[in-house]
Amino acid sequence: MDYDFIVAGGGLVGSSIAYGLARQKHKVAVLDGGDRSFRASRGNFGLVWVQGKGWDYAPYAQWTGQAAGLWPEFVAELANKTGVEIDYQRSGGMHFCLNEAEWSEREREMEVVRQHTGGSFEYEMLDHDRLKQQIPQISKSVLGASYSPQDGHVNPLYLLQALQQGMVYHQVHYFPNQSIDRIEAKQGGFFTHSTEGTLSAEKIVLCAGLNNRRLGEMLGMDIPVVAERGQIMITERLQPFLNLPTLHVRQTAEGTVQIGDSHEDVGLDDGTSPSVLKEIARRAVLMFPFLARVQLVRAWGALRIMTPDHNPIYQQSADCPGAFTVTCHSGVTLAAMHAGPVAEWIGGSSRLDLINQFSTDRFNVSPG
Amino acid sequence: MKDHCQLLVIGAGPAGLAAAADAARLGLDVALVDEQKAPGGQIYRNIGSAREPVRSYLGKDYLRGEPLVAEFLRSGATYINNASVWYLDERLETGLLIDGASHFITAERLILATGAQERPMPLPGWQLPGVMTAGAGQILLKSAAMIPSGRVVLAGSGPLLLLIAWQYLQVGVKINAIIDTTPRSSLPEALPYLPRALPAFDYLLKGLSFVLAIKKAGIPVYKAVVDLRAEGHELLESVSFTTGRGKSNERTEISIEAETLLLHQGVIPNLRLPLAAGCEVEWDEQQQSWKTTKDIWGQSSIDRVLVAGDCSGIVGARAGELQGRLCALQAAHQLNKIDLQQRDRAATRIKRSLQRHLSIRPFLDALYPPARAYQVPEDETLVCRCEEVNAGQIRQAARMGCVGPNQVKAFTRCGMGPCQGCLCGSTVSALVADETGSTMEQVGYFRVRPPFKPITLGELANT
Amino acid sequence: MFRRVDETSVDTLKLRIEDREYEVPVGISVAAAVLLCGFNKVRNTPVTDSPRLPYCMMGICFDCLMTIDGIPNQQACQLEVRENMAIEIQRGTAELLQQR
Repeated sequence: MDYDFIVAGGGLVGSSIAYGLARQKHKVAVLDGGDRSFRASRGNFGLVWVQGKGWDYAPYAQWTGQAAGLWPEFVAELANKTGVEIDYQRSGGMHFCLNEAEWSEREREMEVVRQHTGGSFEYEMLDHDRLKQQIPQISKSVLGASYSPQDGHVNPLYLLQALQQGMVYHQVHYFPNQSIDRIEAKQGGFFTHSTEGTLSAEKIVLCAGLNNRRLGEMLGMDIPVVAERGQIMITERLQPFLNLPTLHVRQTAEGTVQIGDSHEDVGLDDGTSPSVLKEIARRAVLMFPFLARVQLVRAWGALRIMTPDHNPIYQQSADCPGAFTVTCHSGVTLAAMHAGPVAEWIGGSSRLDLINQFSTDRFNVSPG
Repeated sequence: MKDHCQLLVIGAGPAGLAAAADAARLGLDVALVDEQKAPGGQIYRNIGSAREPVRSYLGKDYLRGEPLVAEFLRSGATYINNASVWYLDERLETGLLIDGASHFITAERLILATGAQERPMPLPGWQLPGVMTAGAGQILLKSAAMIPSGRVVLAGSGPLLLLIAWQYLQVGVKINAIIDTTPRSSLPEALPYLPRALPAFDYLLKGLSFVLAIKKAGIPVYKAVVDLRAEGHELLESVSFTTGRGKSNERTEISIEAETLLLHQGVIPNLRLPLAAGCEVEWDEQQQSWKTTKDIWGQSSIDRVLVAGDCSGIVGARAGELQGRLCALQAAHQLNKIDLQQRDRAATRIKRSLQRHLSIRPFLDALYPPARAYQVPEDETLVCRCEEVNAGQIRQAARMGCVGPNQVKAFTRCGMGPCQGCLCGSTVSALVADETGSTMEQVGYFRVRPPFKPITLGELANT
Repeated sequence: MFRRVDETSVDTLKLRIEDREYEVPVGISVAAAVLLCGFNKVRNTPVTDSPRLPYCMMGICFDCLMTIDGIPNQQACQLEVRENMAIEIQRGTAELLQQR
C-alpha cells in the first residue's frame, strides 16, 4: 500500500482530518478537486458557532460544545507550525431576534441546549437596550438577541490555508485536480482510480462533501447528503464597527462586512438570484440602517453539505472496514474536533463514545 | 423605465451601436444600455461633444464615430444611458443601476458588446501616482481636453501606443521618450503574416505614418527594452530600463526623469458579462488572451446570447462595427423578422468588409506580442493593486498546491478587492501556469460574480 | 501633472477639493478635475497606506476612489463634476457613515 490513509477531499473537513492523522505519524495522501470544484469551504461564513446547535439533538449540543472548547489550543498549534494568521477570535456571538415570537422560540432553544449540555453551554438573552449598548449601530427593528460568550469567528479561507500548510509540515502528500472515478476495496486496503492515476492505502476517509454520496456507495456506505444553497455577499472595507459576529452580519479582520444568508433547495447550482440577494440586503439594512450606503463588492452562492437531520455523519463502513466518512456542514466549528479526537478515532488510537450518535444508523430508526 | 425588450444590447461602442441601429431598422424592439452619459464607448468616447481643436487632433478614425452615433440615434432603438449593468446571470436577468435605483430588464435576446480593457502591465513601481495607461491618457484627451504638463514617457508595445504618441504630437505635447518593450524577434516572426494583411493596407499605411511622424519629431525611441521600472518615493520621479542590444552588442541602463508614464501592452477582451451569462470562452494563444467562443454570426455557446466586437476577441473598431451588424441580422432572423435567405443576402457585403478588416490582425498580433516580463513579473512586483499582493506571494500559493487562480485568491486575497480581478486576473493565471508548468486552459481564470459595477446595499434592497 | 489643451474660455463651475475652492471646466470627470488641479494623490490604500492617482480612467481599476459629498469609495473617473461638490482624498478604509 502506498499510504496508511487516503483522504478524499481537501476542503476544511478533509484537511482537518488529514492534518490530524498525519500528526499521529500516519502516512497520508489527500486527493483534492480542482480550482473550480464546488468547495463548501468558500461559502463558509467563518462562524465558530455554538449557540443554538443541537437543541433538537442532544449529542450534537454536547459535540459542538466540546468542539468549540478545543479551538484556542488548536489555533496556537497551527500558528506555531505554519505561521499563518487565521484571525480567530473567541469574541462571543449574537443571534438577532426581530419579533416576540422569534425571541420566545430562541430563548426556549437556548435553554434546551443548556440542559442538553448539563449547564456548560452559557448564554444570555439581551433586550434591545442592552444590545444597543454593545452595538450602537443596531436599529430599533432588532428586538434583542441571544448571546453566547462561547461563540467566535475566524477567517475560513486562512484556516484552510493553515491546515494545508500544517499538512505540508506533517508531510501529507497533496494531489490536486483529482476526480475519483472509482474506489476498489481489495487486498486488505483501498485503491482509488482517478484521471491522474491510482493510489492505494490501508484505510480511506471520505471527506468529499457532496461527492460522499457517490463515493460512499462504492464502499458500502449510504451517505444521504443533499446540497443546500446559501448566498452570501461581502462589502467594501469599513472602519471597525462590529467586534463580534452575528448570524447574518459579520465584520472581518480586514474591515469588510460579510452578510448572509439563505437556505435554498436548487440542486447543484451555486449561482446567485436577484430576489434572494435583495432579501439578504433588505434584512441587513433593517438590522444596521447605515449599511444602506455601503457598497457591495461581491455576492456568491455556495452549496452546504446537508444530512437529513443537519447533524454530522461519522461512520465506519460495515461492509468495508477501514473506510470512514466525515460529513457535515459545519467544517469550521468542528475543525479542531476533526483534527483532534475524530482523527484519533479514525487513526485507531482512541475511542470516542459520543461519535456513535452520529452514524448513519440513526436515519434507519423505524417509527413507532 | 422599460422592463422588457426583444433585444437588449449592452455597450455603446462601435459594435453595440451598429448592432442596435441595424436591429431597430429591421423592426426589432431594441434597447441599448451603456454606463456612460453619451454613446461612443471608449474608442469614440465623447464624440458627440468633442470640440475643436481636440476633435482634429484625435485623427480621422475618431471621427468615424460621428455618423455611427447619428445612425444609432435616429434608428428608433431605445437608448438607456448612465446605466451600469451590475447583475447578469445564466437566466439572463439583467440588473441596471441608474441614478441610484436598480431595475431589472429581461429580453428575448442579448447582444454583449462590452469591448476591451488595457492588458495590465505590472512592473516595479506601476502603482506610483503618475503612472497610467495609454488609454487613460486618451480618455483625458477626448473627454477633458487634457494633456500631461510635465515630462511624459510612453512605454510598452502596440498600435495604440503609436496612436497616442501621434495624437500628442498633433496637440503639441513634448514626449520625452518612447520606450518600446516589443521583443526584437517580433518583426521576423510577424513578416509571414504580412501578405495576408495587405487587403488592410490602410491600417499599415496609417501605422507607418505614425512611425514617421514620431521619427520626424525627433522623439527618442528605445527599442527591445527590458527591466522597465517606474521609480519614485511617493509619486513617479523617473523611468529606468535597459536598452536592447545595440550595435556593439551591449545593453545600456538608462534612467529618464518624468512626471507621467503611460503604459500599454495591447488590449484584452472585457469578458465579465459574457462569463456571467455562462458563455464559453477559449484561450487565444496568438492574442494571449481569453475570448468568447462564437461563430461568424456572433452566436455564443448560450442560445439567447450573441457577442460582438472586442469582447469576443480583439478585432478593432471597424471590424467590431461589422460584427455588430452581423449579430443584428442573426437576432432578427432568430426572432423571425427575416428569413435565412434575407439574412445571408444582407450579410454578404458585411462579411466581405469584415474579412478585410480582420486580415490585419494576425500580423499585428505577431508584430506586437506582450512582453513576457509583464505577464509573469518578478516577485516584488505588485500584481493585485487593490489588496497589494505581489507576484512572489502568488508563486508561493501555486507552489503550495493552488492549481488555479480561484484557490490563489482564497489564500492571498488577490482579486478580492473592488476591481474584482480586472487588473490582476490575467497575471495570476499566467503566474500559476508558469509556476506549475501548466497551460492557460488548464489553469483557467477567476470566477466572475455580481455585482459587476458598485451597488449599495440600500440600492439592492430597493430593487 | 496635467493641463488643458485649449486654454480659451469654457464654462466652469466651483467645487471644493480637500476643503479648498477650485474652478474647473464643466463636463469633466472628478478624476480629471483632481488631476487638473495638481493633486499628487486621490487616496491612500487601506492595506499599506500608499498614495494612488487614477490609473485607467475608465472605471475598472478602482484606484481613483475618493470621498465625494461625504460618501467614501466613489470612483472619481465615473462621476462628473458638479457645482459645490465636496471632494476629499480618501485615506484608507471608509469612514463609518452616520445614520440619516
